[in-house]
Amino acid sequence: MSRVLVGVKRVIDYAVKVRVKPDKTGVVTDGVKHSMNPFDEIAVEEAVRMKEKKLASEVIAVSCGPTQAQETLRTALAMGADRAIHVEIAGAEYETLQPLHVAKILAKLSQDEKADIVIVGKQAIDDDSNQTAQMTAAILDWPQGTFASKVEKSDAGLTVTREIDGGLEVIKTKLPAVLSADLRLNEPRYATLPNIMKAKKKPMKKVSAKDLGVDLSPRIKVVSVEDPPVRQAGAIVPDVDTLVAKLKEGGHV
Amino acid sequence: MIRPLSLFIFNLNKQNVKTQVKFASTVLPQFSSEKYGVKRKSFGVLQPRDIDYFKSILGEDRVVTDESDVLPFNIDWIKNCRGQSKVVLKPKTTEEVSKILSYCNGKRLAVCPQGGNTGLVGGSVPVFDEIVLNFNLMNKIISLDEISGALVCESGCVLENLDDYVRERNLIMPLDLGAKGSCHIGGNVSTNAGGLRLLRYGNLHGSVLGLEAVKADGTVLDCLRTLKKDNTGYHLKHLFIGSEGTLGVVTKVAIHCPALPKAVSLGFFGVENFENILNLYKRAKTSLGEILSAFEMADNGSVSSTVKNLKLSNPISDYPFYVLVETHGSDETHDSEKLSRFLSEGMESGVIVDGTVTSEPAKMKTIWNIRESIAGAGLVEGYSFKYDVSIPLRNYYDLVELLRDRLKDHQAKVYGYGHVGDGNIHINVIVPEYTKNMYSMLEPYIFEEVAKLKGSISAEHGVGFRKPQFIHYSKDESALQLMKDLKKSMDPNGILNPYKVLPD
Repeated sequence: MSRVLVGVKRVIDYAVKVRVKPDKTGVVTDGVKHSMNPFDEIAVEEAVRMKEKKLASEVIAVSCGPTQAQETLRTALAMGADRAIHVEIAGAEYETLQPLHVAKILAKLSQDEKADIVIVGKQAIDDDSNQTAQMTAAILDWPQGTFASKVEKSDAGLTVTREIDGGLEVIKTKLPAVLSADLRLNEPRYATLPNIMKAKKKPMKKVSAKDLGVDLSPRIKVVSVEDPPVRQAGAIVPDVDTLVAKLKEGGHV
Repeated sequence: MIRPLSLFIFNLNKQNVKTQVKFASTVLPQFSSEKYGVKRKSFGVLQPRDIDYFKSILGEDRVVTDESDVLPFNIDWIKNCRGQSKVVLKPKTTEEVSKILSYCNGKRLAVCPQGGNTGLVGGSVPVFDEIVLNFNLMNKIISLDEISGALVCESGCVLENLDDYVRERNLIMPLDLGAKGSCHIGGNVSTNAGGLRLLRYGNLHGSVLGLEAVKADGTVLDCLRTLKKDNTGYHLKHLFIGSEGTLGVVTKVAIHCPALPKAVSLGFFGVENFENILNLYKRAKTSLGEILSAFEMADNGSVSSTVKNLKLSNPISDYPFYVLVETHGSDETHDSEKLSRFLSEGMESGVIVDGTVTSEPAKMKTIWNIRESIAGAGLVEGYSFKYDVSIPLRNYYDLVELLRDRLKDHQAKVYGYGHVGDGNIHINVIVPEYTKNMYSMLEPYIFEEVAKLKGSISAEHGVGFRKPQFIHYSKDESALQLMKDLKKSMDPNGILNPYKVLPD
């Protein structure tokens, strides 16, 4: 039986329209509704299913961020995680928090908690980095099964089906291992009322990056954040001849 | 592989159920006049010179006469009614509307005003060759007072566009309905549309501050004030709210937009029986109080068929009834405390069997989508008879059970769902195809039963083309007589939306 560590990130909800700050240093987050990163939800779901199938003994959810990250952890607990660890990182430090930092934190916690499997979403929908799983595996020197769309138990470890360009790749890995969840891995459940109530009583530990000995000085500098260019308005042409003429004029045909 | 967002966007688009089912069936419906045996009244017949006149006002492009281009304007979206109009006019200004009506009135040409054509009682499509007056191009927002919340716009603005616009300024539209992506505010006002948030924000007689309308003879009636209080003389704007374009055509609307709630939560619960829904509603009113913004119910059939037909997923397991409770408030902590007390009481007493609650916008959207899709989901299976009635809460669900019993030997499914908070239930009767026999099994039986229960035969969908002959079940002779007098006085030639609302 394995112990599973799941990384969850609090991001701007995907149904919310994201707005760039006027000074181009980032996006507006104040007063904007946040939710768990959808890929991390898939990761939590997979971990909880492992527990339900008796493949895992315990599911620990981890989130790095300000106080509000605890809401995201409560969601993970309501979905079925057993306990949570909140790595408190606030203010300027949080603004420059990068996948490398998170990977170091996850690696350290995996060792402290004696985890056998680390699952994270393949990427967060805010910065789209797609690095945390790979870096965590590298730091721990564990095998990795990224972009997983199916995870099964095999004798020595796991059989992971990976979504790769143009098809699927099936790999076998020993434990311990790091996995990253792709979109088709599963369909996350909605937390049910009894579980939402129970989640309020589940343990949540708070630690700091310092406690874990992780240095949070930024390695990357964000130069500028800008809106994508606005699409130009279309025009309606009266007939096919005009259309062809316009296309020729624009050098499209 | 690293473009997850596009996948999510794809999912969101899929949720646009209306466009999905709108063209689900390609067979043209029968002409309304034949299907329901209606005789054309002695209106003028459209002549080439009339078309020339319209072109002289609107230009070539905004006078649509090509048969295939006119077709969609002749058919309502549930494919129940089909008119035979030959021309669609697309005015851009009130002056153009005024000129058109003045001309039509002189020539006794009948006119059918049409908004987003999302009506469910055939009120928005012509019956014979009425000229379709379409408002798609009257879609300008004129002003928004961010302090008072008064929005002034043209009648062809799509509800969802208005909502997006005011949301950016921390306000919301006072109404929300499943058809928001297509329906026009002018149509909403003309039909006094209710929808999902009526419980909290009241109906349009309260929210509409003023309007501009054009009478049948082309007179422009300016009642476009943005005042909350104005007791000077008769409150004429109310004549145009809910009269379905039979007294005048709404061209501009001033509407009050409430503040955008800072905290929104949504609960979706499984409940054992209807009695418990009423019990839960009573509790919701007392424990949630002012933050309660919607209280909706749907029976198992409504939800399970919707989920199946549209390939959605139900966030909770199978229960006889479902309840959806939404809260709008200004303080998340305060609201969630109230909500969690309401939930734990509901769970402990066994009234709520199971459920989920969320304040994540994406999840709320998914849950609302199930509720909003019920109306159209039946179209996938065949023909859908749709009823929209108000019944006192005690007997709210009785009619569904009566109908199931009445139709038990027929191939028909009866689903009930609706706005419990408003005493308004929608009933869908799904049959493989429309038959006269089934029609006569349902009508006037349903209306008789509703009258017995002291309900209304049309809660929010209106009377339209489909119900004038039944209006007497809900309105007595003296009221009908005054309605007829008003119609005669405001539209003496009867050119505005004929064959609708009032019986002959």
